[in-house]
Amino acid sequence: MKVPYAWLNEWVKVPWPAPELGARLTMAGFELESLAPAAPEFSKVVVAQILTAEPHPQADKLRVCKVSIGSGDPFTIVCGASNARAGLTSALAMVGAHLPGGLHIKAAKLRGVESQGMLASGKELGLSENSEGIIELPADAPLGASLREYLVLDDPVLDLNVTPNRGDAMSVLGIAREVAALSGTRISGPAIPAITPAHPDRLKVRLEAPEGCPRFAGCIVRGVDNRAETPVWLRERLRRSGLRSISPVVDITNYVMLETGQPMHAYDLAKLEGSLSARWARAGERFALLDGREVRTDDDMLVIADEAGPVGLGGIMGGARTAVSEGTRDVYFEAAFFSPGAILGRGRRLGLVTDAQQRFERGVDPTQQGRAIERGIALLQGFAGGAAGPLDVYAAEAHVPQRTAVSVRSSRIARLLGTQPEAARVSAVLEGLGMRVTPESAGWRVVPPPHRFDIAIEADLIEEVARLIGFDAIPEADAVLPQIFHPLPEAHPAESALLEALAARGYQEAITLAFVDPAVQGKLFPQTPALPLSNPIASDLAVMRVSLWPGLLRAVLENQHRQQGRIRLFEHGTRFAVEGSATREVDSLAGVAYGARLPEQWGISKAERHPVDFYDVKADLSALLAATGDAASFSFETGSIPALHPGRCARVLRRGVPVGWIGELHPALVRSMDFTYAPVLFELDVAGLGVRRISYQEISRFPQVRRDLAVVVDESVALSSLAERVILASSSLLRDFRVFDVYRGPGLEEGRKSIAFGLIFQDISRNLTAEDVERLMSSVVADLRENLNATIRE
Amino acid sequence: MAACGDLGALEDVRVRWLGKKGALTEQLKALGSLTAAERPAAGARINEAKQQVHAALEARRSVLAAAAIEAQLAAGRIDVTLPGRGEEAGGLHPVTKARLRIETIFRRAGFEVASGPEVEDDFHNFEALNIPANHPARAMHDTFYFADGRLLRTHTSPVQIRALLERGAPLAIIAPGRVYRVDSDMTHSPMFHQLEGLVVGENISFANMKAALHGFLRAFFEEDVAIRLRPSYFPFTEPSAEVDMSCVFCAGKGCRTCKHTGWLEISGCGMVHPNVLTASGVDAEKFTGYAFGAGIDRLAMLRYGVNDLRLFFENDLRFLRQFRTLSA
Repeated sequence: MKVPYAWLNEWVKVPWPAPELGARLTMAGFELESLAPAAPEFSKVVVAQILTAEPHPQADKLRVCKVSIGSGDPFTIVCGASNARAGLTSALAMVGAHLPGGLHIKAAKLRGVESQGMLASGKELGLSENSEGIIELPADAPLGASLREYLVLDDPVLDLNVTPNRGDAMSVLGIAREVAALSGTRISGPAIPAITPAHPDRLKVRLEAPEGCPRFAGCIVRGVDNRAETPVWLRERLRRSGLRSISPVVDITNYVMLETGQPMHAYDLAKLEGSLSARWARAGERFALLDGREVRTDDDMLVIADEAGPVGLGGIMGGARTAVSEGTRDVYFEAAFFSPGAILGRGRRLGLVTDAQQRFERGVDPTQQGRAIERGIALLQGFAGGAAGPLDVYAAEAHVPQRTAVSVRSSRIARLLGTQPEAARVSAVLEGLGMRVTPESAGWRVVPPPHRFDIAIEADLIEEVARLIGFDAIPEADAVLPQIFHPLPEAHPAESALLEALAARGYQEAITLAFVDPAVQGKLFPQTPALPLSNPIASDLAVMRVSLWPGLLRAVLENQHRQQGRIRLFEHGTRFAVEGSATREVDSLAGVAYGARLPEQWGISKAERHPVDFYDVKADLSALLAATGDAASFSFETGSIPALHPGRCARVLRRGVPVGWIGELHPALVRSMDFTYAPVLFELDVAGLGVRRISYQEISRFPQVRRDLAVVVDESVALSSLAERVILASSSLLRDFRVFDVYRGPGLEEGRKSIAFGLIFQDISRNLTAEDVERLMSSVVADLRENLNATIRE
Repeated sequence: MAACGDLGALEDVRVRWLGKKGALTEQLKALGSLTAAERPAAGARINEAKQQVHAALEARRSVLAAAAIEAQLAAGRIDVTLPGRGEEAGGLHPVTKARLRIETIFRRAGFEVASGPEVEDDFHNFEALNIPANHPARAMHDTFYFADGRLLRTHTSPVQIRALLERGAPLAIIAPGRVYRVDSDMTHSPMFHQLEGLVVGENISFANMKAALHGFLRAFFEEDVAIRLRPSYFPFTEPSAEVDMSCVFCAGKGCRTCKHTGWLEISGCGMVHPNVLTASGVDAEKFTGYAFGAGIDRLAMLRYGVNDLRLFFENDLRFLRQFRTLSA
């Protein structure tokens, strides 16, 4: 919220210059977002009057003006603005002036006529966004005066951030109250005269929704000149607060809102049909708002209606039908109190955010409606005339918010803050905020002022105390916490250990978004239901991921576009499995390898620079699984999911329970997603990576014996079946089983392959004899012959 | 022997003199043909000669052996500046590195690490945190919703509720995690990382909160940073504060990063609102507590000098590779 310093000073004597005021308000909870003068730097711009304006002899759109600054010879100024006319008082940037944006004014010939300066627009002086011709000043502006001084453009404007609990501070008055509390003074606003009715006319208003609108003040003003010029000081204050000047009547309603925090509305009395009512809307009432927008009401919205229908959305925006215009003569001013609960959320539902709504939903002082109208009418009459009728204040007192007493204990202040402010300071601070404070045995009984909607419990008062004594005044103190020894479950690997294990294998951790492209995910997991967002940020980030693969593959593609040829990525994160109406969040660890098996380097075989394949990644995965201390509990079985190559895809199981997948991306997807090579992917449920507790196994002191064997089996025989038979047949003396060659091709029948492996035997308590080993080998050979139709290669 | 250029030639010499049929061996064999009186002297001379030959052989052998090793060394010289072979290591994401660092610091200070779901319900994300429907504070949370009314958590604060409901008081936890808001521009990512902290006990005060936040920031940045707390507003804390830290780039003098204020906004915090304790089944009269939230991404940016948040989620290998260091 923008607060001009001079305006604030009208309501409270600010003892600090603007920068210090900003710093103090920041430390009181109103963060200073910016502090800037009411206009950017410029120099040598003075109030001047156009004496004559003649057409330029050589240019249709230019005029040659004689311009006076009150003394000396008039200047000749060439001007292109359409509003440059004789008699107009405006702003002259003299030769030598520096304007915002680095413009330096020199005498210059424009189409043959020398211009001795420039008549300036609001835009050129940094006073407005748009250029609407040169500045128009009141006729009584002192010629020759510095424009900066005349308009007080060095007045600093504070842009303050007001938190949503402090609706009461969304006004000059509200900030003035804070300044008074901080500086130990009282607010002292301008005198607001009561209305002396000049005519008896009044408008009947029925409060038909007293719980939503319990107070409604109104007054008829007749004979207003809405074509009058709003005084420049008032227009300037509106501008400094971020609002545009529209017409005297509208400007007044905005001014009063900015000053007091009480939103006002003005109706063209001539357009109102009969009396008014403040009532709940019926569902589906349609009418046009001030900004031309058509709305459809819900039945929890408030409307102000005349006998022909709604004339405004209560507390949010007035209606178009009864809006004031240039020709409006008779005005009905409204200042109502709408309960926050009756306004909250309604605007947003209609896509509206208005100044009035923001104030009402945070809470407007329910006692100030009459004063707001008095202030507005007094200001209006000063420049646009008008005769006010009686001020009506309709009220349903039972529904007007009442402030109830809240107790605050001295001991609780100390306990919550960790410091004990002096009792006198506590009561002084609270009284300074306009609270009624009565001492009681353990502390104080406090009644907050009507404008405060955020004081309901003891902690709210403690916050006020802390805020005003200053958070800096609270010391730092270490909490005394009990010493607790939490068990450290060895079965759960530390996250860092898992991540470092993959990093050590060459994988770089990625973090991808949890919502992915439904088209890509649909291609990878066509049968898996995914959770769609109702309001995605983009159509390619519209569903929750069911796997980390869509994000990782996208990251691979993006890196490929950045000319990264060899990519190893992994991610640790949640995947979202849809199970009926519930979602299971699965802690997952996934990776992708892409491009050459090893980084480019000297002295390695060509094969090491081939694209990575299933077995390379399986080795990485196996290293991770082995780190559970329980490699034997994992198995890989041929599986099939649409994302992966059906012949190069395995389900990972632990003791028969699925814990993940590994495989090569399906060739159709490799092509459609534009990969040069086939990425190899894996994904594991972290829950499946529990670590087995280590239990030392005795090491044999006796030598081990190795025998190699090559067997020829059908292609369909998986190594896992072969290993299973070998282990069964070779008794507990088998220490290790190592495959060292797999061969297919010349010398073998079609459909057969040769697997060569080494068997390592060892006993824990004795030397194995040659006979022992021969016996084991023949048993293995016999078993493989019988069960796997194996032949032995010599 | 001196003419022998290698160990093979020297061996030939040895065989010629000392071998089975060598000259001296032959002489020894011939001793038998001498008289018993001649034998001792002759034998002694032959043995002496043998020893001399032997010694000479050894001397030459060691010279040649040394030369052979020299030659081997000369031939075996490699360029030690060529790179090593094999796989290169990967590394952790900078946000993860920062998060693990934060976890370690808090664990050492006696906090436990808690977590909660990312798909949340209205109760945990808003209601229980004292943010009823239509509350203006909801406008500060641009929330991603699902059709059934569930949502992606907008902050890690729901973990406060879950932890209190689950474990009760007293407790001291942090909950780092991913959070989501409908916001994407230069300085916002729709997914980002937040750190939640919650300490509830019988006498936990604002002063304790200040000490904890200050202590953590000093530990994380390994610098004697200053902090200041400014009053602010969060529906779930009362009093509430924003935490500013003296700028770590300019030591508070003012620079681009701190927008020339000398301060960096680093965290929001406050004393847990009694309504939140009550909604979590904790006796709000007996217990007090503090809570705080901070952006992990922001802490990582400040720690590692990253000037664009979006880099964290682009997964550019050239960026990620810069963070391959051993963790503390």
